[in-house]
Amino acid sequence: MKEILVLAEHRRGELRDVTFEMLTKGRELSQKINADLTVVLLGHNVKEFAKRLADHTKRVLIVDDPRLKNFNSEAYQRVLSHLIPERKPSLTLIGHTTFGVDLAPRLAAELNVPLATDCIDLDFEGEKLVVFRQVYGGKVNVKASLRKSDSYIVTLRPAAFEVQEVKPLGGEIVEIPSPLTEDITYKKFIEFFEPPAGEVDIAAAGIIIAVGRGIKDLDNMPVVKKLAEALGGVLACSRPIVDKGWLPSDRQVGTSGKTVKPKLYIAVGISGASQHVSGMKNADLIIAINKDPKAPIFRTADYGVVEDLFKIVPTLTNRILEEKTSK
Amino acid sequence: MDLIVCVKHVPEMAEAEIVVDESGKRIRMEDLVFAINEWDDYALEEAVLLKERLGGSVTVVTVGSEDADDTLRKCLARGADRAIRLTDKAFEGSDAYAIAKILHKAIKDLPFDMILTGAQAGDDGYAQVGVVLAELLGIPHATMVKKIEFKEGFAKVNRELEGGLEEVVEVKLPAVLAIQTGINEPRYVSILGIRKAREKEIKVLGLRDLGLKEEEVGESGSWITVEKMFIPPIEKEAEILTGGLDEIAAKVVETLRARGLV
Repeated sequence: MKEILVLAEHRRGELRDVTFEMLTKGRELSQKINADLTVVLLGHNVKEFAKRLADHTKRVLIVDDPRLKNFNSEAYQRVLSHLIPERKPSLTLIGHTTFGVDLAPRLAAELNVPLATDCIDLDFEGEKLVVFRQVYGGKVNVKASLRKSDSYIVTLRPAAFEVQEVKPLGGEIVEIPSPLTEDITYKKFIEFFEPPAGEVDIAAAGIIIAVGRGIKDLDNMPVVKKLAEALGGVLACSRPIVDKGWLPSDRQVGTSGKTVKPKLYIAVGISGASQHVSGMKNADLIIAINKDPKAPIFRTADYGVVEDLFKIVPTLTNRILEEKTSK
Repeated sequence: MDLIVCVKHVPEMAEAEIVVDESGKRIRMEDLVFAINEWDDYALEEAVLLKERLGGSVTVVTVGSEDADDTLRKCLARGADRAIRLTDKAFEGSDAYAIAKILHKAIKDLPFDMILTGAQAGDDGYAQVGVVLAELLGIPHATMVKKIEFKEGFAKVNRELEGGLEEVVEVKLPAVLAIQTGINEPRYVSILGIRKAREKEIKVLGLRDLGLKEEEVGESGSWITVEKMFIPPIEKEAEILTGGLDEIAAKVVETLRARGLV
């Protein structure tokens, strides 16, 4: 029987969403190629996760080892480079997360198994595996095929698939003895570090004005600050603004920052890379201001304004202030 | 401390007009502006900062055409000591795996304590090269690196995880560290620096110099082959508010008023 493996991802006592997204896609593919769908769960004292995962699949393989307690690419690689040649899965799915990017390329190179990373979709066309990816900052999509092989590894972009709930399957839980014989010597996990919280929690804000690369210079920041003040909202941003040090990191919206769900989100000069969009797409109302009509942000926004932000934002700010004083 | 930085010369995307060419497998590059990959820019700066603090040297390596000399010269002007360009017709069509194999051959006999790469490239976004390179060299790695503390025999690094969280890991040296943006503030290049850098040599190596076979690189040596490129289908599209500035502002305010937001 063919098999598709899904590598469960967990952190600090929680299964990560991407695991269930991979299971959704994995299930669909397993039906198509008539394969078993198996979850691989590496960790320490993770029986509870195994029970939960068993409701989503026929089989959960656990490797329990104190050295697998926290994610460590070296330890994970050693276990998987033992497991994959043994089980010869048609496909292994790993999340394109900060864990997956640390693990998958090395694992694939060691095993010489073709790998495609950051995929937003994949499909078997006969024996051939094809994947869909976004390139050039999300402006172009690619359909690509992998070199023909009996086994493939694909990392899936988080939030690319909606999780489909299934009737609890009550799959079997199989514990495998840990193949780790030696100590992990290359890489040592020390601790998690949470940067101290600032005075504003953007995740709690009802109105967010977010600024991106289009603002061009630190001296231009008052343009958006004034709009935020006029609306009684808080100022947030996309990654480049934090990278430049123009706003503190707790104002960043996106995968590596915060996920927000305000009543109103105005994106100013933000192109709309997927890392940003995943943090704000569930806002009730999204208005995007960008001078590039092809900016991906317009595929997420409810309303778009294709204009130079330095012209439209001050006009809009004044108009809002007038509206408020006329009340 | 001897450092090697792998860099890539990529088209800038922020305001670029993208057109897929006749082959349907590539975009038209003629009118695009190229520069150093954003992530590599931070990796280079980090290497130069480490050199300034600890002494040693910085060597930049790229796989690319002659056009990539622009990026290499900028690196030299910013503080790199040597530049190597890996160029060969056979390298065309290489994916991240093949690129890592090419870099591996060029790097394996050089002295180094640390190799820095960008965490990903802004064009194809594979986020693989540094990690595969580490495997080929048989040395440790860490990705998404936001902070490096150099200790005796190892580096203590902060990796950026999701949701504002970081993890601290210790990585034995020599190692490959894939750098995340925002780790430092890349410096501007002085005119004098650029002028000086023009005199520095760029070493060019090809397939044979590196002892590679044609089937190991290009499409035949790759894991993944592009079949087609296309502008993403529009699933949902914003309603574009048009008119003069005042008109647009009025429409926005109207929308906000309807929802009780002003």
